Amino acid sequence: MPTRHRALIILALLIGVSLGSVFLALVVGSIPVPVAEVFAALLGGPDEMSANVVTSLRLPRALAGFACGGLLALSGALLQVLLRNPLADPYILGISGGAGVGAILSILFGLGVAGISGAAFAGALAAMLVVFGLAHGDGSWTQTRLLLTGVIVAAGCGALVALILSIAPDHQLHGMLFWLMGDLSQAANPGLTLCALAVVLFVTLPFARELNLLARGSDTALALGVRVGALRRGVYLVASLATAAAVAQAGSIGFIGLIVPHLVRLATGNDQRLLLPASVLAGGSLLVVADTLARTLIAPQQLPVGVLTALIGVPVFLFLLARDSRLNTRLNR
Amino acid sequence: MSVGIGSRIFCRDLDLELHAGERLAILGRNGAGKSTLLSVLAGLRAPQAGEVRLKGAAYAELGPRQAARVRGWLPQSRNDAFASTVLETALVGRHPHLDRWGWESAQDAKIVRQALVAVGLADFEQRDIQSLSGGERQRLAIATLLAQQPELFLLDEPLAYLDLKYQIAMLALFADAARESGAAVAMVLHEPALAWRFCDRVLLVFGDGRCECGPTVEMLNTERLSDLYDYPLRVFEHDGQLCLIPR
Repeated sequence: MPTRHRALIILALLIGVSLGSVFLALVVGSIPVPVAEVFAALLGGPDEMSANVVTSLRLPRALAGFACGGLLALSGALLQVLLRNPLADPYILGISGGAGVGAILSILFGLGVAGISGAAFAGALAAMLVVFGLAHGDGSWTQTRLLLTGVIVAAGCGALVALILSIAPDHQLHGMLFWLMGDLSQAANPGLTLCALAVVLFVTLPFARELNLLARGSDTALALGVRVGALRRGVYLVASLATAAAVAQAGSIGFIGLIVPHLVRLATGNDQRLLLPASVLAGGSLLVVADTLARTLIAPQQLPVGVLTALIGVPVFLFLLARDSRLNTRLNR
Repeated sequence: MSVGIGSRIFCRDLDLELHAGERLAILGRNGAGKSTLLSVLAGLRAPQAGEVRLKGAAYAELGPRQAARVRGWLPQSRNDAFASTVLETALVGRHPHLDRWGWESAQDAKIVRQALVAVGLADFEQRDIQSLSGGERQRLAIATLLAQQPELFLLDEPLAYLDLKYQIAMLALFADAARESGAAVAMVLHEPALAWRFCDRVLLVFGDGRCECGPTVEMLNTERLSDLYDYPLRVFEHDGQLCLIPR
């Protein structure tokens, strides 16, 4: 039986893991910084080169990674409930496709980092509005219709991205591919994304028990006093904005949004009151660790973190799939 | 009120009042509009004309949460997308009684366990709902409804998937709820004989806009039931029970 006590213990553990992952990201890197100096730098210590690396390079990047991972995992968890589909992820409804078109176009036209983020966010919003408008066309709102509309819009955006890639000049291709695979190396200003994460979590948590009911079907939810229509629109909006915020910061990092909610669900059960905050913490930690690996594995060269999340995510997911019969029955339906 | 979908009217000028402790059976052919009528009564769909009042208040005045504390609705179909235990599923029925940040208390768990005992699922608490049989899943839905503790039960085919023993047991359960805690029960049934045995009144929905409501003993006869099901029947009483024989 779900109890608040158990939820708080699990969340406390995950907060510990999150702090640990950020600390790892501060210590590890191509320039070795001793643990004592990391602490000194965090507390505003002497202005040495190593302190500078920690506070102005590694810390913003780790925080941005945490925020993006948290947003993606939360968005994935929300969409899995909204679509009542365990295979849903933040990109399934075309959000990343729209963001991709915006970002690639802005790279093509030579805009800076801020311009790319802005264009990605605008593209994500545009995709969101198109999907919402089309799926909601006749006033009905079924999961299948929403899902199909999203998948088709995503496919269209994918074709546009491929088109731009094929005509883009060679010297821009590298940047475009890194963006498409998801990359945190440009993340210098995590404040906005962290704020987005806090706001999204703050907005969704009061509705967590109603989301539990929604996951059991709209009939059940309606009969038990949930305003299903309003809740669904709200969830769609919040999940889309969360995805857009993450994608604008770091490109389309895959697998976090699909796999983290499943990992947390397998470990703690499907109670959204625990699942949503736990997914945020686990998703953030996982992305921070993956990004630390991405910039150290073949240092000084960097890998796009999206490649690593997929490389970690695929075997873990396949392992779980083979091992856990509960997940199997869920996917077989 | 009138109930329909689009241009099709199922019930025209229906005037229905259900009192505490009363049990009403809704009978009719497939697609006659029984479920639509029930969802209108549950406040989930607006009537085409007229209104539904719950203890004197319209659904709009009550709001969904308050309404869910008064009336419970057993939907016809269930499909579970995610794994969950039987206990967690039945606990969902306590939702309208918890505040926004509330978690289920020991008291809620006690109510839910009693409901599981009542439907014969006491030993199933930790079972995954996706491993239940159709009848077990149906009884779990009834337990969830009992845990909600409404004053008005609206049951859409409560006997679906149930074997003979549990058909009678579930109807007896709702009869007890009506007698002991004064709950009102309206249920869509396909067995006139069970309606005869367990209900005070019957509402016949003919599907062409005609509705007839009256005491069970007066309504369930050869002529009306043959008309209702569009099939010749022989209806007679035996040992105080109703018997139907299709000709």
